[in-house]
Amino acid sequence: MARNKEKLVLLLDVGPSMHGVLSEVEKLCSMLVEKKLIFSKYDELGVVVFGTEESKNDLTTEVGGYQNITVLQDIKVVDGDLVDTLQKLPRGRVDGDFLDAIVVGMDMLIKKYKDLHKGKKRLCLITNAIHPIKDSFEGSKEDQVMTIAEQMAAQGMKIESIVVRGRLSRDANKGVMDENDHLLSIFSKKTHTRIVYVDTPTSLLGALKTRRVTPVTVFRGHLELSPHMKIKVWVYKKTQEEKFPTLKKYSEKAPASNKLATHQVKVSYEYKSVDGSSTSVIPPEQRIKGYRYGPQVVPISTAEWDAVKFKPEKGIKVLGFTDASKIKRHCYMKDVYLFIAEPGNTRATLAVSAIARAMKEMNAVAILRCVWRQGQQNVVVGVLTPNISQNYKIPDSFYFNVLPFAEDVREYQFPSFNSFPASWQPNDQQQKAADELVQMLDLAPSGKEALLPEFTPNPVLERFYRHLELKAKQPDAAVPPLDETLKNIVEPDPELVAENKSVFDALHRHFELRQNPKLKKSSRQWYQEKQSGSNAHVSSGQAVNSIENQPPVKIEKIGDLTPVQDFEAMMSQRDNPEWVEKAIKELREKILALLIHSDEGDKYQKAVECVAALRKGCILEQEPGPYNDLMHHIRQYCEEKGIKSLPQLLASRDLTLISNDVTAEEARSFFVKMEPKPDV
Amino acid sequence: MDLDPEDVFKDEEDDLDNEFFQQSESSKEYVVYLVDASPKMFNTTCAGNDQKDETHFHTAVSCVAGSLKTQIISRSYDEVAICFFNTREKKNLQDLNGVFVFNVAEREHLDRPTARLIKEFDCIEESFMREIGSQYGIVPGSRENSLYSALWVAQALLRKGSIKTADKRILLFTNEDDPFGSLQDAAKKDMTRTTLQRAKDAQDLGISIELLPLSRPDSEFNVSTFYADLIGLDGEDLAQFMPSASQKLEDMKDQLRKRMFTKRVVRRIEFQIANGLSIELNTYALIRPTVPGAITWLDSVTNHPLKTERSLICEDTGALIQEPPKLFQPYRNENVKFLPVEIAEIKRISPGKLRLLGFKPLSCLKDYYNLRPSTFVYPSDQEVVGSTCIFIALHRSMLKHNRFAVAYYGASYHPQLVALVAQDEITSAGAQMEPPGMHMIYLPYADDIRDDEEIFPDTEEDAPRADEDQIQKAAALIKRIYVKDFSAFQFANPALQRHYAVLQALALAEDDIPETIDETAPDEEGLTRPAVVRAAEAFKHSVYGDSYDEESDMGKEKMSEASRKRKAIAENAAKDYDWGNLADKGQLKNLTVGDLKVYLNAHNLTVSGKKEALISRILTHMGK
Repeated sequence: MARNKEKLVLLLDVGPSMHGVLSEVEKLCSMLVEKKLIFSKYDELGVVVFGTEESKNDLTTEVGGYQNITVLQDIKVVDGDLVDTLQKLPRGRVDGDFLDAIVVGMDMLIKKYKDLHKGKKRLCLITNAIHPIKDSFEGSKEDQVMTIAEQMAAQGMKIESIVVRGRLSRDANKGVMDENDHLLSIFSKKTHTRIVYVDTPTSLLGALKTRRVTPVTVFRGHLELSPHMKIKVWVYKKTQEEKFPTLKKYSEKAPASNKLATHQVKVSYEYKSVDGSSTSVIPPEQRIKGYRYGPQVVPISTAEWDAVKFKPEKGIKVLGFTDASKIKRHCYMKDVYLFIAEPGNTRATLAVSAIARAMKEMNAVAILRCVWRQGQQNVVVGVLTPNISQNYKIPDSFYFNVLPFAEDVREYQFPSFNSFPASWQPNDQQQKAADELVQMLDLAPSGKEALLPEFTPNPVLERFYRHLELKAKQPDAAVPPLDETLKNIVEPDPELVAENKSVFDALHRHFELRQNPKLKKSSRQWYQEKQSGSNAHVSSGQAVNSIENQPPVKIEKIGDLTPVQDFEAMMSQRDNPEWVEKAIKELREKILALLIHSDEGDKYQKAVECVAALRKGCILEQEPGPYNDLMHHIRQYCEEKGIKSLPQLLASRDLTLISNDVTAEEARSFFVKMEPKPDV
Repeated sequence: MDLDPEDVFKDEEDDLDNEFFQQSESSKEYVVYLVDASPKMFNTTCAGNDQKDETHFHTAVSCVAGSLKTQIISRSYDEVAICFFNTREKKNLQDLNGVFVFNVAEREHLDRPTARLIKEFDCIEESFMREIGSQYGIVPGSRENSLYSALWVAQALLRKGSIKTADKRILLFTNEDDPFGSLQDAAKKDMTRTTLQRAKDAQDLGISIELLPLSRPDSEFNVSTFYADLIGLDGEDLAQFMPSASQKLEDMKDQLRKRMFTKRVVRRIEFQIANGLSIELNTYALIRPTVPGAITWLDSVTNHPLKTERSLICEDTGALIQEPPKLFQPYRNENVKFLPVEIAEIKRISPGKLRLLGFKPLSCLKDYYNLRPSTFVYPSDQEVVGSTCIFIALHRSMLKHNRFAVAYYGASYHPQLVALVAQDEITSAGAQMEPPGMHMIYLPYADDIRDDEEIFPDTEEDAPRADEDQIQKAAALIKRIYVKDFSAFQFANPALQRHYAVLQALALAEDDIPETIDETAPDEEGLTRPAVVRAAEAFKHSVYGDSYDEESDMGKEKMSEASRKRKAIAENAAKDYDWGNLADKGQLKNLTVGDLKVYLNAHNLTVSGKKEALISRILTHMGK
């Protein structure tokens, strides 16, 4: 992208009032150069600092004046040394004059490039603008700024001003600040200007776009309101995620002596047929794409696919307008697009403005169907929202967000909060504590919004590029902890937390959290607890779980220690159907043995667990016979011995007959029936 | 699998999040559609599309057909079985009367849906009476209980697979709220009890039974008569369930769509509200783009799938690299090397945690603060008791004060700043439209936002603004094309529909591919209504004036200086060659592509394509 080389002069205020934020300025500027070194290596950059005691610039030697301004670096192609220069900015002793600095910067650009490279020359001013600029020899300060701005426009230069204010410049003279702000705003009337006010070190780090992306339109053409009404628009991306850079793989195979080694790694893919023992590589022309449809894979060649695939016509059509409340914010699917009227087309701009303003008044949004390019294989349906411009230089526009299709949505149902038990509902005090928190932990007090996305740097990327710079010097440097300034993005602002200590205290007082005790225990304990608990419903689910688990060792016999587990393990041994039969038979014997050897019913509990497991197993295997037989046997046994506790225990666990070949009546009354008997 | 070279070092976790809707075999679902086929299902009708009355049976069957299609697209690893009861014929492993398991060739009873199943099920109504037949299965004086048998068969179908790795469900469609109504007291009681016990046994095995009732026009489906006990509803659940019994096909489809997929937690995260106060949240992916399934490469000779082997080769020596290589970034004329663990360390910022940073008014959440689909969060008391209580309190406060929370989400692959927007529960006619909870919206950073709207004010003049009259005219037009009840996701994706229609036709070796309807096409008819046309003309006149031709107003003469220059050169150059002569002698191929393009440019022809294409285009243009 050599033809898009940017020529930038940084104008940095290093006066005493700026010292507090200079370390952030250093980080911001070095980040700018670091990214240029990777993404736009041929950009050229100069550095001017003002507020220094000494003066070193062309203008002061040629025409005099322009004191306290030092050209730290003449304009040159970015290199590593620039990073070093920017990381050690001098600390000045004098309050600088930003207007003089602008003139020096302009002079550098003009001398170097004459009137070439229009639109690619840029000045970037970072100052707090709290000190008055010098009075001019002729005319007012305004006239002076006006002349400079006109010259700037004629030369095709842009200026970007980052003004550090708020907390960072507390006791400044309000009058001077207002005057300076007014002077800076004159630039925006005449030239391409961006003025940004920042009030925290964190937002200072995000104030400058450190990576320049040439804007590319996604679409140019008509926005069709109806077949009779079309507006010419251009579509750009409004947001696009800056990704973590993709690193290349490094090969260490080349001998160290080979100075020309690229150390690159080539990734190769081979497609091999898997049938039989032969593994032959299939050449690309013999490969065909297969698409899954259920269990089938359907082969379709590219040519076939081209003939039948969905081919919509390029164009953007309005499907209708609707109420803004119909579109929920969380339905937005992707990064956002920007629709502007065709630049320079006054009437299209008017049309966009009229529609946008009408939409705003009516609180309406438009639903659009977009096909950005000819040959695109899908359509995009989304919502167009108006963006009424506050700056009278900038025309009104629209934002466009992609909406999901029916296939993209999962409509899960969640329990209503009202349906939760009373213990989960916050009481009045708790609600009050939460209200306090929501109101007091305020990130946007009276218009000063903290963590504004526009000024929030990406902490991960910041960390990566800084580490890259560090590693270039010390190859084995460890990853440093996150920078203090960046901590404000990932952790609550300590000042804000300290201010609201009482709110947090109330929160701690009113809400109690504790770990769920059940989960502390090992799963084995938990399992057993559930097993012996009276809740048959839960334990049955558990029993099935373990039946399905493949046991690590083969169980061939049901032991005395863990008969239930052994049984389940045996039932799940699917290699031979005889296991099921054997398991049922052995468990039945085990149960009977437990009953017979029981002393005062001490083993009934265990027997009942076994019965429960057997019932589950029999239902699963659809073999009610053995279970029902056993139950008849138990009833007979109990009747004979006059045991009442066991039938009661069984009845309480709902361990009735399996009701396939007996009627439900019979099943239900199975144990109930026998109870009166001993009394007779 | 088609491997993407970029993909190799991607963190697994991110894939999980993005491709959440892509099926994985580890979490499948087994579903038995149990459809009542009693004569009553055929006799009762309800208003369907186009005001035509449709039988309840048709409603149920078309719902099932619709959901099979969705299933094969988005969760093709799920296994389904379709089972009718109250049928004349019987077909089931247990050989029980009145139950018919529908199946097609080359498929087990409970198996993944196949193209053939969908195809044949689509026309089941034609052959139903002939081959399966409808007949009441529960009649006085008989011990037959078709509902009981149906549950028994369904449970038997669901025997395979563990409930640990699969969800097992029975979806029951019926319009009979009192299946044993025709019986006498004792028999009725007995059958009711056995049937309930059967259902309970099935539920004990981890199978959930869900009811999709159809109401007759004259009487509501009364869930409490019998089915409340069967599916285990009581108290408040019952009250909530009642209104959802549906009368219309659309309602039914809605119901089924909501229940077709079991809820799955993407991840469990810790939401740190203050130091020492962290609650437990579950995240859910309610909205993620569904894409056509992955490509499998096949051998075109045998149609067998191919195995993809990836190997890393050192470019300097040609040696194979076995161990995972280091990574590097060229910087300052050297290669700065990183170990994969270092990269992970750079990205690790408060891992796994969501840290509350503060609150902002909802007006601060701009329309363009969006990068990816949002994630839904809902509290859980499973590990940290008391989480739900705090969450509800915050949720209510945020709704009351119209504020959203800003938090930092330390996902290990992709840590990001997020907005948590509280969503109140919205129900409509008893069905939940929006679940209560919070939506996590991923916020952009400074470098992700572009200011392209600011790049064009080239002139000294202010940007044109519409005046009051123009805005009024625009408003009038908007009113004409206003859609009252629009839902954000009412359209099916036409590309995806087409994709799968083609696949289905090819899978069944059919010759013609059915046409798919593009639901996203604008309502051409509505837009040419005289009132709309008048409003459009009025607006057009007000902003464009009388003599505005959209094509020529700008465009051509506003062509940039560079391209005009290019064109001028081209026109001159085009004269240099004797094109006709060259073409006659077949010497065009001796020219360079650049020269050929000069001709094409001069005659306003397309300049794309290979050299042969360019030559043939020139020849066509010359008429040769």
